[in-house]
This record gives sequence, structure tokens and C-alpha cells, in this order.
Amino acid sequence: MEAIPYTVKPREETGLYNGKLGIWLFLASEVMLFGALFSTYVILRLGSLKWPAGSSILNVPIGALNTVVLITSSVTMVFAWLSLKEKNFSGFRRQMGFTILLALLFLLVKWFFEYTPKFQHHLYPGKNTFLAIYFVLTGLHALHVVGGIAVNAYFWGPGSRMWTMEPDRFTNRVEIAGLYWHFVDLVWIFLFPVLYLL
Amino acid sequence: MKTPFWRKYIFSTDHKTIGIQYGFTSLFFLLFGFALMMLMRWQLAFPGQPIPFIGKLLGETRAPDGIMLPEFYNELGAMHGTIMVFLGVVPLGAGCFGNLLVPLQIGAPDMAFPKLNMASYWIYFVGGVVMLASFLLPGGAASSGWTSYPPLADIAPVGQTVWILGMVFLATSSLLGAVNFITTILHLRAKGLTFMRLPIFVWAQLVTAFLLLLAFPPLEAAAVLQLSDRLLQTSFFLPSGLMVSGEPLKASGGGSVLLWQHLFWFLGHPEVYVILLPAIGIVAEIIANNIRKPLWGYRSMVYSTLFIGFMSFIVWAHHMFLTGMGTTISAFFQATTMIISIPSVVILSCLFISLWGGSIRFNTAMLFALAFLPMFGIGGLTGLPLGLAASDIHLHDTYYVIGHFHYVVAPGVLLALFSGIYHWYPKFTGRHMNEFLGKLHFWPTLFLMNAIFFPMLIQGLAGVSRRLYDGGLQYAHAQGVLPLNKLMSYAAWLLALAQILFILNLFVSMFKGRKVASDNPWEATTLEWQTPTPPDHGNFVTLPVVHRGPYEYSLPGAGRDFTPQSEP
Amino acid sequence: MKTPQPGKESAKVKAVGVTLLVLTGATVLASKLNAGIAIAAGIALLIAVFKGSLVASFFMHLASERRMIVLLFVSALLLFVLMMGLIVLARYNVYEGLVHVS
Repeated sequence: MEAIPYTVKPREETGLYNGKLGIWLFLASEVMLFGALFSTYVILRLGSLKWPAGSSILNVPIGALNTVVLITSSVTMVFAWLSLKEKNFSGFRRQMGFTILLALLFLLVKWFFEYTPKFQHHLYPGKNTFLAIYFVLTGLHALHVVGGIAVNAYFWGPGSRMWTMEPDRFTNRVEIAGLYWHFVDLVWIFLFPVLYLL
Repeated sequence: MKTPFWRKYIFSTDHKTIGIQYGFTSLFFLLFGFALMMLMRWQLAFPGQPIPFIGKLLGETRAPDGIMLPEFYNELGAMHGTIMVFLGVVPLGAGCFGNLLVPLQIGAPDMAFPKLNMASYWIYFVGGVVMLASFLLPGGAASSGWTSYPPLADIAPVGQTVWILGMVFLATSSLLGAVNFITTILHLRAKGLTFMRLPIFVWAQLVTAFLLLLAFPPLEAAAVLQLSDRLLQTSFFLPSGLMVSGEPLKASGGGSVLLWQHLFWFLGHPEVYVILLPAIGIVAEIIANNIRKPLWGYRSMVYSTLFIGFMSFIVWAHHMFLTGMGTTISAFFQATTMIISIPSVVILSCLFISLWGGSIRFNTAMLFALAFLPMFGIGGLTGLPLGLAASDIHLHDTYYVIGHFHYVVAPGVLLALFSGIYHWYPKFTGRHMNEFLGKLHFWPTLFLMNAIFFPMLIQGLAGVSRRLYDGGLQYAHAQGVLPLNKLMSYAAWLLALAQILFILNLFVSMFKGRKVASDNPWEATTLEWQTPTPPDHGNFVTLPVVHRGPYEYSLPGAGRDFTPQSEP
Repeated sequence: MKTPQPGKESAKVKAVGVTLLVLTGATVLASKLNAGIAIAAGIALLIAVFKGSLVASFFMHLASERRMIVLLFVSALLLFVLMMGLIVLARYNVYEGLVHVS
């Protein structure tokens, strides 16, 4: 039986290998997912009699800190992939490790400095539509962060065994994981100003 | 080392095994959804009468003394729609036929992501189990229509929550499948297989995959929002001041009921093209093969398919003409809806014109495929008064709508899917289905489907609303068309009997069917017939090279009346 | 896509990273200007779109991919905008006398 083509080598017409085309298609669907939630925000806000300024309920410095954390993790993610391209496996391990740690930091900041204080002040999603869309948007985003951590941790840990046997295929997998991770960062780049600053 | 049984047949990554898994699972769900409807049809024909035999089995919560409760009728209605659309027709058209045929027709060894393919099927399976399990919950299954409109769906019993969970599984399965299909079709085409040499079936699956990819996520988002309303007491879809049973609802309010409708129908409309396109692809293949000449208007059909795909994203609010939208926005959606009917007519016309001058072989598959054409024609034409906002005012939410969409899906798409089963059965089993039984299945099915759904158009024009558990019994304007309920119910029950012939044929032919005379018993041109019967793991010993278009039948100067695509 | 040269590539990434952080600061500062909601939203979205383009172009390598893949992603974005736009329009274009409950 012939193997499935273009798993590593790109196809000339698209310039992509299968996995990269696949992840871009998936990201297109994610645009529609988060887009629908952003549309929800717009509709709810337009239809409201009063809508609080984001900064009056949400902690802007904390949000800004998390933005910095996520952007930095995107930078380290690119470096992780570049290290592999330069055949520097220990560099990959270090940079991927930073990415995972920064992602965990993002979640910890969110949980301890945003969600928990809100719950302590009885600011639950059911209280009003601002909190509702805030929790759903950031919650779904956080779930995507968790997914990203899981994938990245797998490639940092047990999955990295592939480096010794099929380095190019492993590099591509890290690239695909990176594309997903940058998208998660991209969503936050829009989430932060819309929810916190407007 | 021999592959263990569970790896070969249960958790297989081979697209053919997965396709057959989709096939059996979806056919079961079609039967189950049909059974739900047959129960409903008793209530519609004999409202308030105890259901014979089954009535006692349903229990006190659903049918005390065997008489169906309105709440249970609503469960049946909501789940009939959900199961038929999401667990039946789409998994059969896209999951089964798509998986079985796309890699073969493009000359590939498998799908681009075999493990993802396996995951898609099992996630679909779990979604199906979740949906079925919801019938056993306190309060029963979802009962707010397959459309789950808030505020009703927001405050419905727990079955609705499980419905949402099931939908998340099904949407995920579709999304992963869509990624797989698009990557496969774009990247794994054999050498020489340019886009304009692709069979229409593959084009149809490509566009279907794009629709699933981009249209499902807003429904997933809406599902998350409705779940949040139900579990976290948010008010995404609950406006302020709602009263339920005389008491104000304890919710923050501020939500928008129409937001759900927009997000739902943003998927809902492309979904009907997801239902339709694989069927059109199947019909195109079978007609081409059984007229022994090339299809007329290949390019037109391709461009029409692409145009349908694009337009299907901007017509959705024709489901919402009666929600208070103004004339400008209504005119926009009315215009796009009218425009989208054009490519459908083009495709249908090309298929009709193709018949002219053909040497037609009237086997069972061809009978079903031919029947699709006028039936889908009726379905499409009856859609026009619904797409025009003015006439929709009278027809919205009546039985006319039900008649319209069932014409497209049942005598339309379902006949096409039957056609596909009869046609490709020999390739995957090495035996033919029985032709006599096939024709015996075909004629009653065609006739009875018309007997069920045509009266619905009449009832709808008379003003009978949909989702009434007594079929309009209490309304003065419905009295004149009430007797049609009995006619439709008898037709439905007879239709069930006719399907027994199909089920028997399907299973018995696997062991007793006439063996195929060759790997290409229908003498077809497309690549799936160039494999062993059934195809082995990996499909082709050496990947084929394509030298010509997909429908080179009766090529002047050729020795035979068909020239396979891979022939130099 | 072209093979990246090690030193140049990581310098570019660092530069983009710093730009993104600076723009984040700019967004926060701009929000303190107390402009009306329309202008504030305009500025915030403009900066966000620019930041997003940087991430997409340089971290996700869209700048060096074939046009097809850029088209795919941009089409998804346009479809989202179209969906949102039509939903908002439908909310505002209502028949005379209709009152929205919020």
C-alpha cells in the first residue's frame, strides 16, 4: 500500500503539507466560533439600556498583564519552532517550556486575580449580561488555552521522542501547534480591548 | 502480524470501514427517526385515541392509558427532526458516501487524516447515544422543536441540556470531518486529476465540507450560550420581564431571543445544502453511468455548486421573515433566496438535458436517481412562496413548510441516497442487490412519499399550523383538510412496510446476492471502479494516473462505450 | 515557504514581539482618553487589527504563504464580519412601531 502523500513534504499547488492545511481550516472555523460570540457581545450591548464600562468591573492592569504574558508566550513558541529548524533540540525544550509556563501563568492569574475575586463579590455570570458574555468569552478562550497547554506539554514531553526518528515531521507538528497557539493569542488580542477597555 | 478484530472493524482508521460504520449507524437512526414519526402519525390521525400495542409500553409519563400526552408528542417532534437531520441524512450522505467514495474517486490511499476520521465517527456515535439516552431522562427528551427556540428551550426540562450536549458532539464530529475532506480533496488527488476532471460527487463533497466547516461554529457558540442560560442562569436569550406560569422568571434579563434564531439559522440554512449536495452528487454519478454518454453542462454544474455554497451563507433570515424584520433587510434576504434557487435549477436542468439522446439503463439505482429529479423539482418550487416574504406571511409555520422541506429531503435526498446504495453496493460487497426487490421497493416508496407529503402542502395553504399535537382538530379553518391526516398516516405506515423490502434486500444480498461479473459491473468511468472488489487497505496497488475527464462514455473511436479516467 | 535564516528570523520575531507589547500599552493609554464609545471602539479595534495582522503575518507566517491560504483565512474573517453585520442590521431594520424589549 502506498503511504499518504504530503504528510511532511508540501504539495506544490498549495505550498503546504497536509497538517498545515488542516490546522488553517480548523482556525477558519474557530474564527466563526469566536466571531459568533463577539456578535453576541455586540447585539447584547446595542440592545441594552445601560452597559457598564469594562474598566468599572474588570481589572485593567491584570488584563494587560495577561495580554503581555500571552504575547510573550507566542514569541517563545516561535522560538521553539525556530530552534527545531536549526536542529537545536535543547533550545526547543527551553522555549517550549517557557511557552507552557507562561500559559499556566495566564490561567493562574485569571483564576486567582479575576474569576475568584468576582465570585467572592457575588459577581456571577447570571448577574447581568455583561458578566455573562465576559465569563463565556473568557471561559471559552481559557478552555482553548488549556487545550493548547495539553498539546504543547505533549510535544515537550512524550511526543518529543519523534525528534530522534522523524525530525522533519516533528518540526512540522510543532509548527502546527504553534499556529493554534498564535490563534489563541490573536483571540485574546481582540478580547482584551473589547471587554476591558470599552 | 494480523490486525486484531477490534482494530480492524471497531477502531479502524480505514476510510472504507469508517464509511460502512457511518452507513449502518445512520441507517439505524433513519429507521428510528421514522419510527418516532409513525407514533406521531397515530396521534394526528386518531387524536386522543390510545395507541395500539405500543401505547401500554410507553408508560404513564408519556402516554397514560396509551393516549399520547402533548408533551410527549413534542418530544417526538423535536427528536424526529434532530435525529433525521443530524444523525441520519447528513451522516449517510457525507459521512458514509463521502468516506467510502471520495478517496477512491480521487485515487488516494485513504483520507488525509485517518485517525481523525476514526475520531469523527466515534464522536458522532457518542453524540447519537447521548441523544437517544435523553428519552430516558425525567421530563423526557428535548421537546422545543429541533430548532430549540428560546425562551421555551431555555426553561425546558433537562432533556434540552442533554440535547445541547449531543449537538456539541455532533458538531465536533462534522467539523473534524470537514477538515479531513477538504484537505483530502485539495492535497491527495492522483496525478493528472485536475479540478475540472473531478467527478461531480467530489465537488459536491468539497463544497459540503466548507459549509460544515464555517457554518457549524456559530451554532456551537449558540449552544454554549443556551447551556449557559440553562446551567449558569445567564440571560443571553431571555429578555427582561418574562413571565412563566404567571410568575416572573428569576433571571437577569437583557437577552435577545432573536439572537438564537440568527445563530441557529446561520447553520440551519447551509445545513440544508449539506443535506442536498451529496445527494445531487450521487444522482449525477448514477445518471452519467446509466445514460452511457457524458453529462451535459459539467462546468455549469461545478460553478453552480460553488455558487450555491457561497450563497447559502447569506440567505438564512428567510426563516425569520415573521420576526419583525423591516422591509429593507427582508428584501435583502428575499433577494438572496431567490438568487440561490437559480444554481439549483441549473444543476437540475443539466441533469434533465443529459438524458436527451442517452442510452438509458433502467436499473433500480437509475429509477431512484431519475425519481429524484422531479421530486426535488417539486420540493424546490414549493420553496419559492416561502422565500418570498409576502407569501411567507401566510405560509410560515404551517404544514406547507413541512411539506416543502420533506419533499426535498424524503422523495428528494432519501431517494438519491437509496439510489447510491443500490449502485455502489456491488463495489463494497462483491454482490448485487436483488433488482426485482429493488423495483418492488422503489414504486411504493415513490408513490407513498407523495401521498404523505403532498397533502401537507394543501393543509398548509389552508392555514394548519405545524407542531400541533392534534393535527389541527381544534381549529375551524382546519376542519376541511382534517381527513387528510388519516390518509397521510396510512401512507406513512405503508411506507414503513415497503422499507422492509429494502432492509431484507440489503442484508440478504450480502450472502445470497448475484456475484459481480467484474470489478466494474456497471462499466463506469470513475476511479472507484478501478480497484479490487472490495478494495483492499490502501485502495490501489499503485496510485492511478488520470488522463481524462470523469464521464467519457461513448467516446467516438473508442472500442467500448466507456473509457475509464485512468486510461491513457 | 522559504527556509528562515536563523539570526535574521529571531531578530524579526523579537522586533514584532516588542511592537506588540508597545501597542498593548498604547491601547490601554488610548482607552483613558475618555472619547465617546464610537471613537474609543474605533481606535481599540484599529490597534487590535494591526496587532492581529502582525501575529498572523509574522508568527503564523501568513506573509510568506501562498495567496490561497491567506484567502482562506481572510474569507473566514470576512464571513464573520458579514454575519455580524447582517445580524446587527436585522436588529435595527424593523417595522414601524416595533419596540425592542431588552
